[in-house]
Amino acid sequence: MYSVNYHRASSVADAAKLLKSGDAKLLSGGMTLIPAMKTRLAAPSDLVDISRIAALAGVTVSGKTVTIGAATTHHDVATNAKLAKACPALTHLASHIGDPQVRHKGTIGGSIANNDPAADYPAAMLALDATIITNKRKVQASKFFTGLFETALKDGEIVTGVSFTAPAKAGYAKFPNPASRYAIAGVFAAKGKDGVRVAVTGAGENGVFRSKEMEAALAKKFEAPALDGIKLSASDMMGDLHASPEYRANLVAVMAKRAVAAANG
Amino acid sequence: MSDVSLTVNGRNVKASVEDRTLLVHFLREHVGLTGTHVGCDTSQCGACIVHVDGKAVKSCTMLAAQASGSTVVTIEGLANGAELHPVQAAFKENHGLQCGFCTPGMIMSATDMIRRYPEGLDEATVRAELEGNICRCTGYHNIVKAILAASQAMSKAGKGKAKKAA
Repeated sequence: MYSVNYHRASSVADAAKLLKSGDAKLLSGGMTLIPAMKTRLAAPSDLVDISRIAALAGVTVSGKTVTIGAATTHHDVATNAKLAKACPALTHLASHIGDPQVRHKGTIGGSIANNDPAADYPAAMLALDATIITNKRKVQASKFFTGLFETALKDGEIVTGVSFTAPAKAGYAKFPNPASRYAIAGVFAAKGKDGVRVAVTGAGENGVFRSKEMEAALAKKFEAPALDGIKLSASDMMGDLHASPEYRANLVAVMAKRAVAAANG
Repeated sequence: MSDVSLTVNGRNVKASVEDRTLLVHFLREHVGLTGTHVGCDTSQCGACIVHVDGKAVKSCTMLAAQASGSTVVTIEGLANGAELHPVQAAFKENHGLQCGFCTPGMIMSATDMIRRYPEGLDEATVRAELEGNICRCTGYHNIVKAILAASQAMSKAGKGKAKKAA
């Protein structure tokens, strides 16, 4: 590891101050940032550790409203009993990120702020029409994820949590890369009070996206066979050594059916 | 430089380290506990797994400074003197190792897994839970057998004792 300055923030306000030092980056679980620093894909001069700020951790379920603090680990999301009742698709999603040790450290806030095009949480946030809460404002998920590793976050802005209304039904299915467990294609399908939302991760050339085509089909009937015959265009899909754009286009449709079946299961 | 202070295997450890020091290097080079291994250094292989505040983590992907204030248990902290921890004993009994390089991480992963599944484990769960550990001798079969045996032995020994042992 190259030389870096470590700071531990005691509060969000403290973190915001510390973020002004040099070319600082926030450190939460570090499950992406530290490996990225080792390979020099990221090279911050300073790290501001926000993982011990108690106010940023925890899951609250109040009626249909779910709020999750940014520093809540994947493990704590996956094993939260109230959340398992309110939105089992999300606990299922969290329980399949990385491996057990990664889930003990990695956080929801880190995942959505990084917006890896193959990360699981962005798909859930988009399909659940979640609100991303920062130290400065609230942003709808549809306006938050803006491209590959790109978000609407401005300099010095810190994700403090997310909130959403528990959907009537939701399911998540992913085809994981067998080595990294990142999604080669992952689909989160949710039926909420404002209709059906289908969000796709791992496959889109510009990161997480909604499939209006599949949403329209599922709005008529929220059942897997409603997706029969839907063929997604390969032109907007990622292609790499793991899967070609055509393969991914097909895989997204397969995962979407599984997600809807899981939601109805 | 960071002044770090943590409890390692029940002992208070204080040191001044470079901020970039990874926990695994701190444990091996500053505390002298070389049972925790560096395998891949990319958080894939799990040879570096230790428990931080009771949870299994990959110590190659955590700074020593991040762990300051925490309680760390390494492979050296499991046995009670000459008496092996039930998971260590089960690995010995079931020949759950070949070259042994991955073993410390496997055992730290297994003790954490058994703690999280006090009701017991089945083979499919053990294999899924070993996602973050790689054995390049591909000796998984006996590793899984050892973990299942340890899980059974520990639940038989009673929750109180199993909890203490983990």
